[in-house]
Amino acid sequence: MSPLTLIKIAIRALLRNRMRTFLSVLGIVIGVAAVITMVAMGEGSKKSIKEQMTAMGTNAIIIMPNRDRRGGVQMESTESLEEADVIAIRENATYINGVSPMITVGGQAIVGNNNSPTALSGVSADYLKIRNYEIEDGVMFDDQADRMAKVCVIGQTVVKNLFPEGDPIGKTIRYKSIPLKVIGTLKAKGSGDFGQDNDDVIFTPYQTVMKRFNATTNIRQIYANSIGEGYAEKATEEIMGILKERRSWTKPTDPFRVFTQEEMIQMVTSTSDMLSLVLTAIAGISLFVGGIGIMNIMYVSVTERTKEIGLRMAIGARGRDILLQFLFESVIISLLGGAIGIALGIAASETVKIAMNWPMSVSITSVIVSFAVCFTTGVFFGWYPARKASQLDPIEALRFE
Amino acid sequence: MTTETPILSVKNLHRDFKMGDETVHALRGVSFDIHRGEFVTIMGTSGSGKSTMLNILGCMDRPTSGHYILDGEHTEKLKRDALAKIRSQKLGFVFQSYNLLSRTTAIENVELPLLYNSKISSAERRRRAVEALERVGLVDRMNHLPNQLSGGQQQRVAIARALVNDPVIILADEATGNLDTRTSYEIMMIFQELNRQGKTIAFVTHEPDIATFSGRTITLRDGLLKKDVKNETVQDAKTAFEALPPPENFDN
Ligand SMILES: Nc1ncnc2c1ncn2[C@@H]1O[C@H](COP(=O)(O)OP(=O)(O)OP(=O)(O)O)[C@@H](O)[C@H]1O
Ligand SMILES: [Mg+2]
Repeated sequence: MSPLTLIKIAIRALLRNRMRTFLSVLGIVIGVAAVITMVAMGEGSKKSIKEQMTAMGTNAIIIMPNRDRRGGVQMESTESLEEADVIAIRENATYINGVSPMITVGGQAIVGNNNSPTALSGVSADYLKIRNYEIEDGVMFDDQADRMAKVCVIGQTVVKNLFPEGDPIGKTIRYKSIPLKVIGTLKAKGSGDFGQDNDDVIFTPYQTVMKRFNATTNIRQIYANSIGEGYAEKATEEIMGILKERRSWTKPTDPFRVFTQEEMIQMVTSTSDMLSLVLTAIAGISLFVGGIGIMNIMYVSVTERTKEIGLRMAIGARGRDILLQFLFESVIISLLGGAIGIALGIAASETVKIAMNWPMSVSITSVIVSFAVCFTTGVFFGWYPARKASQLDPIEALRFE
Repeated sequence: MTTETPILSVKNLHRDFKMGDETVHALRGVSFDIHRGEFVTIMGTSGSGKSTMLNILGCMDRPTSGHYILDGEHTEKLKRDALAKIRSQKLGFVFQSYNLLSRTTAIENVELPLLYNSKISSAERRRRAVEALERVGLVDRMNHLPNQLSGGQQQRVAIARALVNDPVIILADEATGNLDTRTSYEIMMIFQELNRQGKTIAFVTHEPDIATFSGRTITLRDGLLKKDVKNETVQDAKTAFEALPPPENFDN
C-alpha cells in the first residue's frame, strides 16, 4: 500500500474523530507555542542587551573605585579617582583613544515654565566619541577654554522638554538655580529596548560640576575607549599601571575596578543564556507533556477502534498497514499541532512585543527545532500504540465490543 | 464437475484451542471440497465449530493440523502478511454485525478493501465500488452514513464491500442473523443472484429455511462433518419473499 493512501486513510480516520483529534492537537499547539514564545523572549532580551551595549559606545572601558568587602559588609573604598588620574591617563596611555570623567548630579533643568527631570553629567569633550554621541547644532565645550564655564550641551529629549518652540542655542537653562548656557545640541540616538532614553542627557564640563555643584574633587567613574577591538585588555593593564604608579601602589589587590565592554557583554549574555535555557527547558517539558497526551489518546483510540482494526485486517490490511496508519495519525496530529503552535507562538511574540514593549526575537532555529521535535514526538509517542494495534489478532479484534 | 479442481479444499482439518490446562477441540478432522460456482450453507448447533471453520476458510486463522488449499495455494504454510494478501485479493467476508466503519459513507466503506491493494488507482477504485453498490441495489444511497441506513441496507453495503475485490469465494457468517425474516429473504435474493452470476459462496447459518436457498448443505456437529447433502429442490428466495405475509400484518 502506498504511503499516500495511508496518509489518506489516516486523515479520514482523524476527521471521523474531530473532537479527539482537536484535543490532542491542542496539547502540542500549547507546547510549541510556549517554546517559540519563550525562546523569542530570551533571544530578544539578549539581542537588545547587546544593542544597548553597543549604543554605550564602541570599545568602552569604565573605571570605578574598588569596593572592599569585609565579612560581607561593603566598605567605601579608601582610594578615589581624581582629575589628575584623568590627565595622567590622557597623557600617558597609548592604547586609549579618549578619556573622560563622569560625575552626575540629580535634579531637574528649568526654563521658564518648562522643566526636564534630567540628571546633569559632568564630562570632558572626549565623552562624545566614547559614547558615540554627535553634535547636531552648535559646538561641544572645550576642556581648557570652558573649564568651569557655565555652559551645557543637551540631548533631543531635553530640547523637547525645555524648548518646545525649538532653537535652544544661546538660551540659558537653570539647574539647581545655577544658569547654564546651551552651546550645543546632540543628534538623536533613540531609546533602548528597555525604555532608557539616550537623548535625555545634559552634559557640562566636569570641572563645572566639581566646583559649582558638588564641591568635591572626587570622581566616581572614568570612561575611556580603547583604540580598537581586541585592545581592551592591553588598555586595561595600561590604565591600571598608570593609576597604581601615581599612588605608588604595592598591595596585591587592585585599587580600582575596570570593566571593559566585552566583559560586560559576556556577563550579560551569559545571564540571558541561562534565562533562555530555563525558559526552553520549561517549554520543552510542556512539549513532552503534549507528547504523552498524544500517546494517551492514541492508546484510547486503538482500544476504542479495536473492531475497526479487526475489520481492516479481515479485508486485507497487513500488520504493517495498521502500524503505519496509526503512526501517520500521530505524526499528522503532532505536525499539525506544530504548525499551528509555531503560528500561534509567532503571533504571541508579536503581541508581547507590541503590547508590553518587550524585545522579542523569533529565531528560525527554534521554529525548525520545534518542527523536528514535533515529528519525533509523533513517531516516538505514536509507536507503541500503533504497534499494539498492528499486533492484534483479527478474529479477537472483530469480536471486541 | 468432480474432475475439475475444487476452488477450495480442506483435508482432515483440526483446530484446538488451549484454555489453560484444557484443550477445546473445535474442529476434529473435517474434509470437504467446494467447487467453483457452488452455493454452500454450513449448518450446525451452537458450538459445533461453524465460525471456527469459516475463520480458517477466510484465512484469518490457521488450522492446528490438516490442509487447506484455496485456489491452488496451500495456505497452512503461509505467514501473517501472505494471509493478509490472500484476504485482500481472493476473499470477501460478510459478518453478522455488518462491521461497517461508522461516520464513513457507504461508498467509502465499499472502497475500503481496494485501499489495501496498491495496484488499483483511485478512479478504478471508485468505479468498482459504484458497480458493487449497483449489484446490491444501493447506488442511490452511496453517500449515506451507516447510521442513516436500515440493518438490511447496511448488510447490503457489507455485501458490496465483499464483492468489490472480485473474490474467488464469498464467506458469510450468520449474515442474516440480525435481520427479520423479510429482510433475511431479501438478502438471500442478493446472494442467490450473485451465485447465478457465478460467485462461489459459503454461508454459515443455523436457520434451516435459509439453508433451503442453497444448492448444498454441510452440517457440523462437535467439530466433525456430520452431513454433506446436495439440495435437490433449491428454493427461490424471491418466490419465498413474495409468499411471506405483507409487513402491515405486524401491526395487528
Ligand atoms: N478463541 C477461542 N478460544 C477458545 N475456545 C474457542 C475459541 N473460539 C471458539 N472456541 C470454542 O470452539 C468451539 C466452536 O466454536 P465456534 O465459534 O466455531 O462455534 P459456532 O458453531 O460458530 O457456534 P455459534 O452458532 O454459537 O456461532 C466452541 O466450543 C467454542 O467455545
Ligand atoms: Mg459462530
